[in-house]
Amino acid sequence: MTLTRIAQFIVGLLHLPQSAVDWLVALFVAVILLVFVLLSVLAIVYFLRKLLGKIQARLGPTRTGWKGWAQTAADALKLCIKEDIIPTRADRWIFTIAPIMVFVPAYMVYVVIPFGEGKHFVAKDLNIGILYIIAISSVNVIGIILAGWASDNKYSLLGGMRSAAQLISYEVPQALAILGPVMLAGSLSTQEIVLAQSGGIRHWFVFQSLPIVGFVIFLVASMAEVNHVPFDLPEGESELVSGFNVEYSGMKFAFFFLAEFAASFTVCALATTLFFGGWTSPFGSFLNYGWWTVGWFFLKSCALMFVLMWIRATYPRVRVDQLMEFGWKLLIPLALVNVAIIGLFVVLTTRRVP
Amino acid sequence: MNGFWEQFTFYALAVLVLGSALMVVTLRNIVHCAFFLIMAFLGVAGLFVLLYAEFIAGVQVLIYVGAITVLILFAIMLTQKVLGVRLKQNNTLSPLGVVAGVSFFALVGAITFGSAGNLFGVHGEPTIAPRITTIAESLLGNGSYVLPFEIASLLLLVAMVGAIVIAREKDQ
Amino acid sequence: MITVNHYVLLSAALFAIGIYGVVARRNAVGVLMCVELMLNAVNINMIAFARYVTPARVTGQVFAVFIITVAAAEVAIGLALVINLYRNMNKINVDEVNLMKW
Repeated sequence: MTLTRIAQFIVGLLHLPQSAVDWLVALFVAVILLVFVLLSVLAIVYFLRKLLGKIQARLGPTRTGWKGWAQTAADALKLCIKEDIIPTRADRWIFTIAPIMVFVPAYMVYVVIPFGEGKHFVAKDLNIGILYIIAISSVNVIGIILAGWASDNKYSLLGGMRSAAQLISYEVPQALAILGPVMLAGSLSTQEIVLAQSGGIRHWFVFQSLPIVGFVIFLVASMAEVNHVPFDLPEGESELVSGFNVEYSGMKFAFFFLAEFAASFTVCALATTLFFGGWTSPFGSFLNYGWWTVGWFFLKSCALMFVLMWIRATYPRVRVDQLMEFGWKLLIPLALVNVAIIGLFVVLTTRRVP
Repeated sequence: MNGFWEQFTFYALAVLVLGSALMVVTLRNIVHCAFFLIMAFLGVAGLFVLLYAEFIAGVQVLIYVGAITVLILFAIMLTQKVLGVRLKQNNTLSPLGVVAGVSFFALVGAITFGSAGNLFGVHGEPTIAPRITTIAESLLGNGSYVLPFEIASLLLLVAMVGAIVIAREKDQ
Repeated sequence: MITVNHYVLLSAALFAIGIYGVVARRNAVGVLMCVELMLNAVNINMIAFARYVTPARVTGQVFAVFIITVAAAEVAIGLALVINLYRNMNKINVDEVNLMKW
């Protein structure tokens, strides 16, 4: 693979020891993923604003650059050059570390997402891939609590606690909904899960055993996990003065913002991998090799992203007690029933213990 | 993994874990202590990966960092009146604590370097490639730990109900 | 070469630091945090034995799963007690919570 050859060349050039090749390849992959995350957030924010404009019968950004494409770049530049204010009585170190603890897990999840076929298009196909994703996604709850606490602001603290309560409540249905495809595929590795769905549209996990329900539970729970719009109580501008990120400005606020949009693309990519066949083509073996698989992956992820943006434009915000009731009293029993039915289906159809 | 990198990673993670643990027991601001506890948990998860136990490393991050630390932070925030007040964190028994800790470490050191120490002189790559289904088979398969597994789930149920009852508001 | 003795000593050191913390901290939540350190030390020991002594049947890893489960249950109950204590006595300093002392 070309990355290995570039790494060999650099190692030969600088006379480094041979074990540095693996480290250099890992570094290149990490940089590529970071660039991908940043560019995808730029594109997502631009398309979001245009789409919201179209749905709300207005135009969206049109002045910066041709048809407004530079709007997100201008926003990012503005955030970078803004003054970085730390409140006087805030806890300096925790105030600075909290945005990092929210962004880094959102970026680390991209390591196991399979963008295409074979070993080239996954950064590292861990054999505990799904467990890695669930574990890393549960670290950003701590970042949000610490952000709310360190701001030395009552509203910020309340917003942080509410957000943490929402996030930990919806982790359980999300994990249970993820358990369905894991049982159907028989493996925790993401590439294995995609390979178990190869062979055309009728093998996709969204159409097996209990159709659609697992996918809907996953989507709703994940929208609550990334503070997406029906569930964006912790950070809406009209709720508790924008919640836990009210005291943040400049680059630190940009971290929270980046983390939210990166995480929402992760949700789409994960839903594609688990339920819609990942990078496999819906027509069986038509165009199912090489870079075409990357194209299928992005087509499906972007379609899901479009659905998420559409939901963002359509639904009002959910109140906090409605949110808790919905999560604990409706989603968790439904997710448990889903897991039980899928388990039964796996045992009956494949004679394999799930 | 060849010998040099294994040693380097082990010592780096050991320094991280022990350093964070020392910070946890000595700092005055308890939210900083909770942050260093997170660092200690992540270091321990790294050690598990070094020991070919990736599943347990994932479970460690998920439960310790993702749930127990959140509980601890909630409890800290619900039981503090003043933000970040600098109180002395050692009580009157701290010399006794040092004695207890050092004597325990000396005991284990004596056992390890004494006559019983080289019973487990095994090192090098494990002879069997570890598979994550081995744990599942040990927990739920034939002649395994199914009964402790069920009792553990019952324990979790009891703990959850107990915690709700104990921490409930009085006017119910 | 890293042998099992390295891991035993590391886990003993972590356990010793945890003992010092449990005995010497004032805040009750701090004491619970140090109990978690002790449980993590035991986990390291278990997993190290699973890798070096019984790599075929990973007994130590199964034990570690149970230890993590019990630790989670214990932290939940412990923190519920601390919150209840704070609600009744308005302080969680372990030196001053001595109503039942003679």
